[in-house]
Amino acid sequence: MLLRFPHQTNPEPLPFELKGSLFTLTVLHLFQLDQTAIERHLVDKTKQAPSFFNNTPVVIDLEGMTCPPEGVDFNGLYDLLRKHGMAPVGIRNGSPELQAAARLAGLPVLPESRSTGGTRKFERADPAPAHSQIIGHPVRSGQQIYTPDGDVIILGAVSAGAEVIADGNIHVYGVLRGRALAGVKGDIETRIFCQSLEAELISIAGRYRVSEQISPADRGKPAHIRLVEDRLVIEPLNR
Amino acid sequence: MIVVTSGKGGVGKTTTSASFAAGLAQRGYRTVVIDFDVGLRNLDLIMGCERRVVYDFINVINNEANLNQALIRDKRVENLYILPASQTRDKDALTKDGVERILNELRQNFEYIVCDSPAGIERGALMALYFADEALVVTNPEVSSVRDSDRILGILSSRSRRAEQGEVSIKEHLVLARYDAERAHRGDMLTVDDVLEILGISLLGVIPESSAVLQSSNAGVPVILEEGSDAGAAYGDLVDRFLGKSLPHRFVTVQKKGLLKRLFGGN
Repeated sequence: MLLRFPHQTNPEPLPFELKGSLFTLTVLHLFQLDQTAIERHLVDKTKQAPSFFNNTPVVIDLEGMTCPPEGVDFNGLYDLLRKHGMAPVGIRNGSPELQAAARLAGLPVLPESRSTGGTRKFERADPAPAHSQIIGHPVRSGQQIYTPDGDVIILGAVSAGAEVIADGNIHVYGVLRGRALAGVKGDIETRIFCQSLEAELISIAGRYRVSEQISPADRGKPAHIRLVEDRLVIEPLNR
Repeated sequence: MIVVTSGKGGVGKTTTSASFAAGLAQRGYRTVVIDFDVGLRNLDLIMGCERRVVYDFINVINNEANLNQALIRDKRVENLYILPASQTRDKDALTKDGVERILNELRQNFEYIVCDSPAGIERGALMALYFADEALVVTNPEVSSVRDSDRILGILSSRSRRAEQGEVSIKEHLVLARYDAERAHRGDMLTVDDVLEILGISLLGVIPESSAVLQSSNAGVPVILEEGSDAGAAYGDLVDRFLGKSLPHRFVTVQKKGLLKRLFGGN
């Protein structure tokens, strides 16, 4: 109550309150720090989509980059981006020296993201190891397995009434009779694999199907489940 | 120490506990069977000793009686003792320390301790399985019973002492009771293979649906002591298998009835 209606409980209205919130921001993934090259590419991009660059907040991603010996002119970079209709709100990733330089220029450093960044995956020098969990026994009715930040691999069946949840992919080397929820933190690239699909519920990044909505043709067969254009697609595993 | 458990009620836990314990004792092992169903005492009836109950399990836990006063010696089978449950108390009277103390005391005198678990997954059932080394999971060939057994198997592998202390896990055996091969064959019931496929543990015995079970329960005789009964024979095989004998499973296939048998309906 107090948080929602401060004026009702407090005679003097508060000047502000702090709240956490989530935003979707555009990420500008820098591959080099040469400002002339950046500007050239920016001009091209603005021509293609002029309306997009209208005071758009962006996060500068410096993943895999280190500080060159001559230093980085973050102020210059900031001005350059402003000039082309972007409002940098901070940076993320990059070496500690880069981050220190950004802080000095007044750009906050945002926490690293776990997302592997879709199309640019091949740019990574060494992919971060996934924190996968291997369950060596069947998952029985009433049990719940949750694997944060990675894949879960079940050697055995997942019984009806059992629940397997992962931030990453789910692999079941056995019959999947219970519930399987992959990508529960919203990763739409995650998938579910099982040797026989008899699930009560399958879900990827919040899109789900209950048993009734699984076609009889897919039941009891090895299956591979993924999201295609926001829809759950069930495919045979051995084609 | 072996727990007889199932999750669901009415599937044959107490019948199995009584016959299993009697079978072990018949084969010369000093055996005690404990009724953990505090408040809904049944084992004494099935064992036919209800008129001799003076002290019970809870009295011993509360130090109101010693074990020798509470243990009832079976009149038919040597080496067989029964520790009855209290009918007037509830399951909160079962404390982990108390149960452990009594089990340790019993271990010094008995080769096998059989714990007859109450139905459900609450305190009584948890106490009965907590200290177990092996488990007989009793299931009927129908989906709800199988699912409850699956739940119990999950609890055995996560909430028992062996699981909590990271020791070798409890050895799980499946007892498929009230099985009717003919009805399973017709598709009215799950078949042995269906149940094994879902639960994925080793099959210790299949007990056929049998009128002998009800008759012997009412008479207070463990069905294993009923010579010539099908369920009794099935329990006999089960005990032998538990003790390491390798025997083929009976009562799992449909018996072809001959003309005479069909005419006279002999069973």
